[in-house]
Amino acid sequence: MGSRAVFGAALLELASRRDDIYVLSADLIISSGLDRFSKAYPDRCFNVGIAEQNLIGVAAGMAHDGATVFATSFAPFISMRAGEQIRVNLGCMGLNVKAVGISSGLSIGHFGNSHYGIEDMSVTRSIPNITLLCPADGAEIFKVVFAAADLKGPVYIRLTGGVNNPVVYGCDYEFVIGKSIRLREGDDLTVITNGTMVYQSVKAAEILQGNGISASVVNMHTVKPLDTAAVDEAASRGPVVTVEEHSVIGGLGSAVAERKSTLKNTFPQLFIGLPDSYGKPGDYAYLLEKYGLTGELIAKRIEKFYRGV
Amino acid sequence: MRDGDFNRARIESMAGAMRRSILDMSYKCGSGVHLGGGLSVVEILAVLYGAVMNFDPSAPADPNRDRFIMSKGHGVLGLYAALAQVGFFSPDLLETFQQNGTDLASLTVMNINLGIESSNGSLGQGLSMAVGIALHARLRGKTFNTYVLLGNGECNEGEVWEAVMSASQFKLDNLIAIVDDNSMQSDGESRGIMDMSSLSRKFDAFGWDTMLVDGHDVSSLYRGIAQRTADGRPKAVIARTVKGKGVSFVENSRDWHHNRLTKSMYEQALAEIGVS
Repeated sequence: MGSRAVFGAALLELASRRDDIYVLSADLIISSGLDRFSKAYPDRCFNVGIAEQNLIGVAAGMAHDGATVFATSFAPFISMRAGEQIRVNLGCMGLNVKAVGISSGLSIGHFGNSHYGIEDMSVTRSIPNITLLCPADGAEIFKVVFAAADLKGPVYIRLTGGVNNPVVYGCDYEFVIGKSIRLREGDDLTVITNGTMVYQSVKAAEILQGNGISASVVNMHTVKPLDTAAVDEAASRGPVVTVEEHSVIGGLGSAVAERKSTLKNTFPQLFIGLPDSYGKPGDYAYLLEKYGLTGELIAKRIEKFYRGV
Repeated sequence: MRDGDFNRARIESMAGAMRRSILDMSYKCGSGVHLGGGLSVVEILAVLYGAVMNFDPSAPADPNRDRFIMSKGHGVLGLYAALAQVGFFSPDLLETFQQNGTDLASLTVMNINLGIESSNGSLGQGLSMAVGIALHARLRGKTFNTYVLLGNGECNEGEVWEAVMSASQFKLDNLIAIVDDNSMQSDGESRGIMDMSSLSRKFDAFGWDTMLVDGHDVSSLYRGIAQRTADGRPKAVIARTVKGKGVSFVENSRDWHHNRLTKSMYEQALAEIGVS
C-alpha cells in the first residue's frame, strides 16, 4: 500500500473509535486516500474546493469548537500556500488541527517542481507550537495518525513515498512522539533519518556492513520536538549522517546540526538530501537515483565521508 | 440571538461609553493606535454585544455562547471597549492596552477568558474560522450563532472569498458576517486602491442573503443583523460606516488609520463626542 492509502485506512479506523474526528481536504479527497472515508462518514468529511487557505481556517474553526481535524493537501500547497494560515491558527493559537502534507518529497514524480515537497519540513519546523512527524512506512503512518489524534495540539504530518512503500517494520513496536527509534546498532557512525529514507538508510547500512563499516540507523520520526538525547548519544559515538527526502536546508539535517553544534568535540556531519535547487522532473525511482537517495548511493557517499574523517 | 432585547437608547448610550473608552485607551497608551477603524465599528459592536449575542461573561467558555470573531483585528479598540462594557473584564484592564506584556494588544490575541475568541490582524482569515465554527456547531446540533466582523479593505484578501464560497456550499444559516464598510483602508480611499464595487452584490452572487444598513444607526444595524434569513443561507450585513466616526479630524482621514493621539487632540476629541 502507498502512504496515502494507508493514511485513509488509518483515519477510517480512528473515526470508528472517536466521534470527534473530522477530515477536510482541498479537492484532494481521492488523492489523499479518503474516498472510502468520505463515503463512510459523509458528515465528518468535507471538501472546501481548491482553496488551501480556507482549508486551514475552516479546520481551525472546527477545532476551536472542540473537534479534532485532519486537513490534507499536497505538501507544498498546505505548507506554503496556507503557510501563514498554519502560522496563525496552528502556531499562534495552537488549535487542534493535524495538517497533512501528502506526496511530500519527490514521490509525485512527473508532476515536477510545483508538486514536490522539498521545503515543507523547513517551513513547518520554524513555526512555534507545531509537532512535526514524518512516518517511515505504512505501519508507522498508522501509528502517527493515532498518536497525532491523541496529542491535543497542532501537528504537521509529512507523508513521503510512492505507490508501494517498502516495509521497515516487520513487527509491532511502540511509537512515542519525540522518542526516536534505533533500528540498527553499529559502532562506527550513526545515520539519522526519517520518512521513506529510513528504508533506504537501513539498506545502506547493510551494504556498509559488507564493506567493514558498522552503522547505527535512527528513525527520527519526530523532527519537532527533536529527540536531543538521541542526537547527543549519536554524536558521542562517532560521525553523524542525516538522510532526508527534503532540501538539505532547514529540515532534519538542520535540526540535528542545530543540536549537535552545541556539543563539544564532535565529528563533522554529512548531510544527505536534496540540493538547494529545482531540477527536471522524472519518475520517483529516477529521481531517487539522480539525487543519490537509494540505499546503494547513500552507502557510497557515507563510505567516502567516513574514510575521510 | 436574544429575543426582544433591543432598546435603542440603551445601545446608543453603550456606544457613547465605548467611544469614551476608546479615546481614553488611545491617549493613555502613549503610542500610535488604529483609531479610525476602532471608531467605525462602535455601533456594530454595541448592537452585537448589547442586544444580539448570547453570552455570560462569568462563563466565557460556555459551549453554547454565541461566537464573535474579530476578523478585522485592527478594530480592537472597539472590541475591548465592548468587552469591558458588558463585563468580560474590569474597565481597569483597559489601562493595560498596548502596554508591554499586555493581554490587550493592538491586534487581537486569543484569550477566551477575556472574551477574545481568536487571534487576528493577519487579514482575511477570520471568516474561514467562523465557517469552521458554524459548520461544527450545525453538525453537533448546537444552536448558537457565529458572528464575524470584516473590514471592507480586508475583503481584498482572496481567502475571504474562499470562505464566502464555502459558507454557502455548507448552507451555514447560523453564520452572520458583518462588513464594516468605511470605504477606506491603510493607504487611503479604497476606490483608488482596490475598488471592490458592490460588496453586497458579491456576497449575493455567492449565494448569501445580504442586507445594506447604516452602520452608525443602531436600529438599522439591529434590524439587519437580527432579521432571520432564508433557511440554508449565510447572511452578510454590509454596514456603511465612517472611518473615525465621531471625531472630526479622524473621520475619513488616511492619517488616522494608525496614529498617536496627543493631549490637545484627546481633549478636542472628548469635547466632540460630548464629554466635558
